[in-house]
Amino acid sequence: MTDTLHLEIVSPERLLKDAEVAMVVVPGTDGDFGAMPAHAPMMSTIRPGIIEIYETEAGEPEKLFVKSGLAQISDTGLTILAEEMIDLDSVDTTELAAGMAEAQNAVNAATDDMARDQAEAELEWRRVLSEIVS
Amino acid sequence: MASLKDLKNRISSVKSTQKITKAMKMVAASKLRRAQEAAEAARPYAERMESVLAGLSSSAQDTPGSSPLLIGTGKQDVHLVIVATSERGLCGGFNTNIVKAARLHIEELLAGGKTVKILCIGKKGYAVIRRDHGDRIIDLKDLSAVKRLAFADAQPIAQEILAMFERGEFDVASLFYAKFQSVLVQVPTNQQLIPAPIAETDDDAADALGGAVYEYEPDEASILDDLLPRNVATQIYRGLLENAASEQGSRMTAMDNATRNAGEMIDSLTITYNRTRQANITKELIEIISGAEAL
Repeated sequence: MTDTLHLEIVSPERLLKDAEVAMVVVPGTDGDFGAMPAHAPMMSTIRPGIIEIYETEAGEPEKLFVKSGLAQISDTGLTILAEEMIDLDSVDTTELAAGMAEAQNAVNAATDDMARDQAEAELEWRRVLSEIVS
Repeated sequence: MASLKDLKNRISSVKSTQKITKAMKMVAASKLRRAQEAAEAARPYAERMESVLAGLSSSAQDTPGSSPLLIGTGKQDVHLVIVATSERGLCGGFNTNIVKAARLHIEELLAGGKTVKILCIGKKGYAVIRRDHGDRIIDLKDLSAVKRLAFADAQPIAQEILAMFERGEFDVASLFYAKFQSVLVQVPTNQQLIPAPIAETDDDAADALGGAVYEYEPDEASILDDLLPRNVATQIYRGLLENAASEQGSRMTAMDNATRNAGEMIDSLTITYNRTRQANITKELIEIISGAEAL
């Protein structure tokens, strides 16, 4: 049994992270879950939230904000497919507030279900992120 | 016969053209490297997406009520043809080849009595397709302002296509782009986006997921529903990246040829120039000699 978990985070643009870690906490759609070495194979969608990466069991976690994605745990490790990642340090709160207002308008203005769903998703991740930042 | 001055002007103009094509070749070479890197960097995501989808869709295929993005609308009447070309010219046969492939496909569909809608990405292809199928073009996506292609550029296009699909405006969507094989070879490719093409053999799909039994959270169907729209965006992004690399590769080859042609032209013009110059000198000498003899 291996004592580290192989973690890969991939975005459409590049491979963001490829590392051996002790534990990762993933914000799954049905609730957060921690992935540790030799986790049973599973697949879960991700809701907007923080991915916590523990390099060592006792250490401070590295935090990454993710908008949406898919986590897959297999024998080879944990793979996270994420469209967009945001570094928590680089969040611009004024921009975020403006984006939220815009998304809210889009929700109100949406004429069909699909547009509304999209706008609501946009609003949701901004709301979650602003809660985390503040 | 052209005068010496004309020849000289001609040579200098060809020389400056050669300088331009040489510079363009060099620029294309460096852009190609960047485009290739981008295409390479995007590969892991697309591959993983594909393997997950293949695993999920083979089981969902037979389930009634699966997303129409996977199993189709049950009709084949209206086709959306997305033609991705470049924003700039002077890149050899790049645009022509894509448009040719797309046009063949369109004409085949029309002959089969289908309705065709065309969405152009990049204005070079648009300019050509407009001539024959202008009334079928529904939109032109202009990416000329984009310097470095990001996923965020492909996403709005995908969202628009998905919204159209949702409204039932088409049944099948396919994307035309040039797959990058090498600097010399770019293959015009027709890739079906909607319904998502399903991996051919079940063995592959099982292998891709490591043959393990997965626990799904939430259930398989919702994961698939979440993944399929994103897959469309990923495919478009990937197509655009391949296209960018192909465009630069094609331009590099074209400009290399142009530079060589210009070199040949300069050589032959220089020979003509020298011959004419010598002929002139000989003529003048003969005139002087015959003039002296007459005295």
